[in-house]
Amino acid sequence: MSGNAETFPVPRRRDGAARLGARIARDPLVAILSAAILGIALCLVLVRPSPYLVNAAGQLAAFAILAVSLDLVWGYLGILSLGHGLFFAVGGYVCAMHLVAHAYAVTGIPPDFVQFMGWKTLPWYWAGLTNAPYALVLALGLAVLVAFVFGLASFRSRVNGVYFSIISQALVYVAMLLMFRNDTGLGGNNGMTGFSLLFGWPMGSPGVTLGLAVASLAALAAVLVGASLLVGSRTGRLMLACRDDETRLRTLGYGTTRLKLGIWCLSAAIAALAGILYVPQVGIINPRVLAPDLSIEIAVWVAIGGIGRLGGAVLGAVLVNALKFWLTAAMPEAWPFILSGLVLLVVLALPNGLLDLAALRLKPTWLRGGTR
Amino acid sequence: MSGGLAIDALSVVFGRFRALDDLSLAVDAGEVRAVIGPNGAGKTTLLDVISGITRPKSGRVMLGDLDLTQCAEAEIAKAGVRRKFQKPSVFPMLSVRENLEIGCGADLPAAARPARVTALLGDVGLSARADVTAGRLSHGEKQWLEIGMVLASEPRVILLDEPVAGLSDAETARTAALIQALRRPDRAILVIEHDMAFVEAVADRVTVLHDGRTLYEGGMAGARADARVIEVFLGR
Repeated sequence: MSGNAETFPVPRRRDGAARLGARIARDPLVAILSAAILGIALCLVLVRPSPYLVNAAGQLAAFAILAVSLDLVWGYLGILSLGHGLFFAVGGYVCAMHLVAHAYAVTGIPPDFVQFMGWKTLPWYWAGLTNAPYALVLALGLAVLVAFVFGLASFRSRVNGVYFSIISQALVYVAMLLMFRNDTGLGGNNGMTGFSLLFGWPMGSPGVTLGLAVASLAALAAVLVGASLLVGSRTGRLMLACRDDETRLRTLGYGTTRLKLGIWCLSAAIAALAGILYVPQVGIINPRVLAPDLSIEIAVWVAIGGIGRLGGAVLGAVLVNALKFWLTAAMPEAWPFILSGLVLLVVLALPNGLLDLAALRLKPTWLRGGTR
Repeated sequence: MSGGLAIDALSVVFGRFRALDDLSLAVDAGEVRAVIGPNGAGKTTLLDVISGITRPKSGRVMLGDLDLTQCAEAEIAKAGVRRKFQKPSVFPMLSVRENLEIGCGADLPAAARPARVTALLGDVGLSARADVTAGRLSHGEKQWLEIGMVLASEPRVILLDEPVAGLSDAETARTAALIQALRRPDRAILVIEHDMAFVEAVADRVTVLHDGRTLYEGGMAGARADARVIEVFLGR
């Protein structure tokens, strides 16, 4: 794992914008990727490619945000969540509720599941969801609340490592079973779809598709830069210290529970943001998004791109999902095998993910000898 | 006597094994105390209890009015107790300087940190290595870095678990000089070590631990002459 001296050198005192710029430039990959992401957004606006391509770029950006949220806790804090789909789904579901409530308020046609259940109107907890800012606060707040309760219980009891991963997986599974119930008032096993309006504009029109894609790309760039500033800060160094030797950090007088809980909740909020951006672009949400295999796949993106490098998470998410978009259409039955093969290849040949290719370290660990 | 560490009737049980058996020990401020004993005598367990990693079955560890057995690790550290682990425990992905900055603790103002770190780099002889990633240091350098991290908060109690294990003779001599320099009237230092020449060089008194109990307490010369100590060390 070389190259870290370049990633986290000592901050030098500089002033204002110059200092900020220098801190972003410290991880060149993040700086390059953020510029490229904003460049792509600008190209979409200027060139206006086909809506399919615009939509794909927007969805990939949402997945990349999700990957960054996981890399923040896994790569920099050593907490492997195999249930990050939960926070993604919280964001997605609340966003879908807003879209459904908004369309209902404008058109007066009750949503499918209300008719299906024989209800007269939406359940009480849908109140106020026509208001977009409230929906946004609710989505992020709910994700943070769930993360806080689960994180507090786990970190205080010092549930770590593989045990935490398994419990996080169980949590997302429980959530999936809950959402498959039809009486939750959240769409049941069919989920929610048929979103007709976004802020009053017709969903699926080229302008809305473009707007969503640009918003997703801008959010990705902001999340990437923000996360990069965080991991380059003193807090980021404490995160790495906690990841590598939590007992050592505790015995130096740092309460690690608060640190872990804070970053864990931040990660959940970022994952929820990804869900909020994803759902209007894909046009549907259903309990499948809470399936354990999907949550594991998020970890696969990060592992393939490179754990503990924010740029790696973005590249991994984009490459794997672009491949998935293409191959699930071209040869759907082969996709699980290709994904598994990719994981094996990365684990055996590129222990730090695809970023190893960039560093031209093609010699796998088992050929390199003893050093880590 | 004030400011020292008072260990009172401490018992630690792992299943059916008594790692510490009603152990009492007082380490005074201003003193360097060595704890020696054969493998399995309970030396590291003793440090684990003092630093809050292991909970005792019974007994107390008093630092002033504070019972450390009731505190979390971070609280114990904030009370002024710092420990160097047997296996050099530094943060491998951070630079030497960043490791020392973390060692300063959360309470030292950010403005005061650079000066403290610079002084520490000199104390532990790593000034030239300040920006090297700690994972790339040699074993001896890691030992010194960890001692530096432990010193960074100016602790009242320092616990050193085998600080010269795996070091060359020259490095051991340098570490002995370093520990001599740590001695202060308001500071208690507890050293666990197998290297008897090193113990003789740094310690005021030694406590010989055997099967979780104190076998001998006093000067090193007395320990060498004590028949029970000789028997325990030379085997039965």
